[in-house]
Amino acid sequence: MAEAALKQSATEARLAGLEMPQGGWSEAARRDALARVTAMGLPERRDEYWKYTRPDTLVQADPVPAALFDRSDEAPLFDSIDRLNIVFVDGVFDAEASDDLALAGVSIERLAEASADIHWARDLYGVLETNGQKPVERPLAALNTAFAPDGVLIHVTGKAEKPVNLTYRHQSETSDAMLHHVIRVDAGAEITVLENGPAAARFNKVMEVDIADTGAFHHVRAQGRDHERRAATHIFARLGAESIFKSFTLTANGVLTRNECILELTGDDAIAHVAGACVGDGDFHHDDTVFITHDAVNCESRQVFKKVLRNGATGVFQGKILVQPGAQKTDGYQISQSLLLDEDSQFLAKPELEIYADDVACSHGSTSGAIDEEALFYLRSRGVPEGPATDLLTLAFLAEAVEEIENEALRDEINARLSGWLERHRS
Amino acid sequence: MAALDNPDAGEMQVKEGVDQETVDAVREVGGKYKYGWSTDIEMEYAPKGLSTDIVRLISEKNEEPEWMLEWRLAAYERWLQKKEPKWAMVDYPEIDFQDQYYYARPKSMEVKPKSLDEVDPKLLETYKKLGIPLKEQMILAGVEGAEELGDEPRKVAVDAVFDSVSVGTTFQDELKKAGVIFCSISEAIQEHPELVKKYLGTVVPVSDNYYATLNSAVFSDGSFVYVPPGVRCPMELSTYFRINAENTGQFERTLIIADKGSYVSYLEGCTAPQRDIAQLHAAVVEIIVEEDAEVKYSTVQNWYPGDENGKGGIYNFVTKRADCRGDRAKVMWTQVETGSAVTWKYPSCILRGDDSQGEFYSIAIANNMQQADTGTKMVHLGKRTKSRIVSKGISAGKAQNTYRGLVSMHPKAKEGRNYTQCDSLLIGDKCGAHTVPYIEVRNNSSRVEHEATTSKVDDDQLFYCRSRGMDEEEAVALVVNGFCKDVLQALPMEFAMEAQQLVAISLEGSVG
Repeated sequence: MAEAALKQSATEARLAGLEMPQGGWSEAARRDALARVTAMGLPERRDEYWKYTRPDTLVQADPVPAALFDRSDEAPLFDSIDRLNIVFVDGVFDAEASDDLALAGVSIERLAEASADIHWARDLYGVLETNGQKPVERPLAALNTAFAPDGVLIHVTGKAEKPVNLTYRHQSETSDAMLHHVIRVDAGAEITVLENGPAAARFNKVMEVDIADTGAFHHVRAQGRDHERRAATHIFARLGAESIFKSFTLTANGVLTRNECILELTGDDAIAHVAGACVGDGDFHHDDTVFITHDAVNCESRQVFKKVLRNGATGVFQGKILVQPGAQKTDGYQISQSLLLDEDSQFLAKPELEIYADDVACSHGSTSGAIDEEALFYLRSRGVPEGPATDLLTLAFLAEAVEEIENEALRDEINARLSGWLERHRS
Repeated sequence: MAALDNPDAGEMQVKEGVDQETVDAVREVGGKYKYGWSTDIEMEYAPKGLSTDIVRLISEKNEEPEWMLEWRLAAYERWLQKKEPKWAMVDYPEIDFQDQYYYARPKSMEVKPKSLDEVDPKLLETYKKLGIPLKEQMILAGVEGAEELGDEPRKVAVDAVFDSVSVGTTFQDELKKAGVIFCSISEAIQEHPELVKKYLGTVVPVSDNYYATLNSAVFSDGSFVYVPPGVRCPMELSTYFRINAENTGQFERTLIIADKGSYVSYLEGCTAPQRDIAQLHAAVVEIIVEEDAEVKYSTVQNWYPGDENGKGGIYNFVTKRADCRGDRAKVMWTQVETGSAVTWKYPSCILRGDDSQGEFYSIAIANNMQQADTGTKMVHLGKRTKSRIVSKGISAGKAQNTYRGLVSMHPKAKEGRNYTQCDSLLIGDKCGAHTVPYIEVRNNSSRVEHEATTSKVDDDQLFYCRSRGMDEEEAVALVVNGFCKDVLQALPMEFAMEAQQLVAISLEGSVG
């Protein structure tokens, strides 16, 4: 009983410091979300879903301050890509730094400005998030729906002319940002959304993605290097028939990152790929939590997560494939692997399958271990010094995840980032 | 109710190309549940319900010393404070713990028989009917051609537990010569209190979990094994548990101690009559493995699973754990889980000693309305400890089958090694197969590999078998036996035969 009371008071303390945007089409959804988050309470250490990641700093009323990071040794990401830039600084839209929001094949608006009473996003805002609360509760996402002051609303009606890039800058050591994006991809439409940057000392982000039949959504994200930042992000996506969802995330450092991805395959022949590569050093804690529900016939889902950990870094993977009755011919694949570069690092995994249909092929694999001494010896015997040889093997280990990015230019950018990180963190 | 007089079995069509032996074998194992009959015997019950008085009564009936009673009472206090765990993927109506009998023994056992000759013939008859001979000159049934294996037939010592009491233990004298103690736990508490005191509750602490705590308070009987240093137990040891009385929970407690450099292989079997009301079974098995010792523990769990509509059956909540205390200690769990309406069971290994090894081989079959949530825990604490998990889950009918396991590599478990393979097979589109592994790696010199697959019975394999004249059920049974091969091979021979047949029966009616 005492536990429930503690949870309630922690939740109240957090809610007390927040202000809900008033009026407009999203108000009903926000009020509903507030009621839900109050009822379920914010996560705490004893919750099974937070078994391996301590949620306290994500939940407490004020964020833990995070020092700003000198980024002078690193070129801005995605610079080689022709893209539409939208910039948020500590969660606040920066009109100066952002491009004009006009793009062929796409209509883009800001959540804070879309004040009309009737809006296409009303059918989605908080709706996919609510769907994603079962069977596991995700209170931080509901909190976001209730209070997020801004975000982008992207309606993709055709083939987007170029990728939309969301850059999240971190400029205040005590910033506490919340953004809520809604993306609707119409039938046959296609878009690539890029995200990069550390965002804030504490960042809570929700992205709801609704992909109609034959639509395609590509997503490449790089979470910033600022070492002391903390983030809890959620992607909720619903996939129609023959639609495609592909998401890749690179996480380099960050004292605490929890990325949840909740996908629901509701139309036949849909394809969903989620991949992640993370490299962590020191008191880095990175958690990938994925929940994929197959509720249609002949769908494919693929999860590829690779983690490189050193100096006591912790990697967490919780992945689940749920195959509903009748979702025959499902092809579900899941792999989570960690490379532990020294004695102190740890990898904690819970890869789950829950299957209620018989004509399926589902598998998961999980491995953990040190670098292959024989491979290292081979490279050294060919004259490659130990540092570069270790980097080479590490990149090879991460390759399966990075290869999930279809666009070659984007893949090269990510690989360059990874190489840079490895070089800087050589012991 | 018995299979042998099942009218359907007699009308079996003999197909061309199927020899008589196969037909007999199928008839033999045919029918719904072979062990569903009950023995009509005068029983003595403790009053229904659970209270300190009942705990005292059980202790008194077992003529236990004061310290044992204190231990039980302390456990009961702890149990009152505990909540029933709800995390398993099993769903069953609330258990009314006051609507159970916690102690039942045949009247004839009031005065403990001094030897098997004095045991009530009705009880001996029961075990004979179950295929468990309590006569020492006999070898375990079901092994044809065992005589040809060597000069001497393979001997198996049996401790037979009937509801709350041990009926008798065979080959005690011969085992005594080797220094092995094999008796019921109630006897051990009286005869070898120093050993029981030293080890009881050290692997599964009193307050370990809800059901283990309940068991600690009310356990009635079970087996006790002590193998002294350097002794290789001259024969297989076996316990056969039979629930007979209605509305009675069985709470057995098994304690196995393998002292330095010793070896023992232990078999466990269990059955219960077919009844409409679900019955509770909450056992605790503790194994202590000292330096260089090895223990093999094999179970064929065939409690009554309930009928096709989920009526009746045994609720099986079991805590089994082995503690490899010394270096190079080795333990191997093998289980074939075909019975019970609800199974909640995770035989575990604590690999404390350096270079110690744990293995877990499991076949879990759930048909009709059965629910099984089973797996293992491998806790690596010592250096260079190794573990291997092979789990095969088969779901049919409307059953739910879950593998739940933990592999934990402690920071000090340098160069630990784990390999896990869990495969699930689904037969039919109304059942479910689930995998919930927890993998915790806290050092980098350890290697952990986990693989899991879920698939259905391969159509090509079925087609091949059918084209050879097998009917669909036989074909499925053959494919499933192939699927389970890795585990079946790990079983002692006596059990492998039984297990193979069980695999076929358990899936009966699941095709088509």
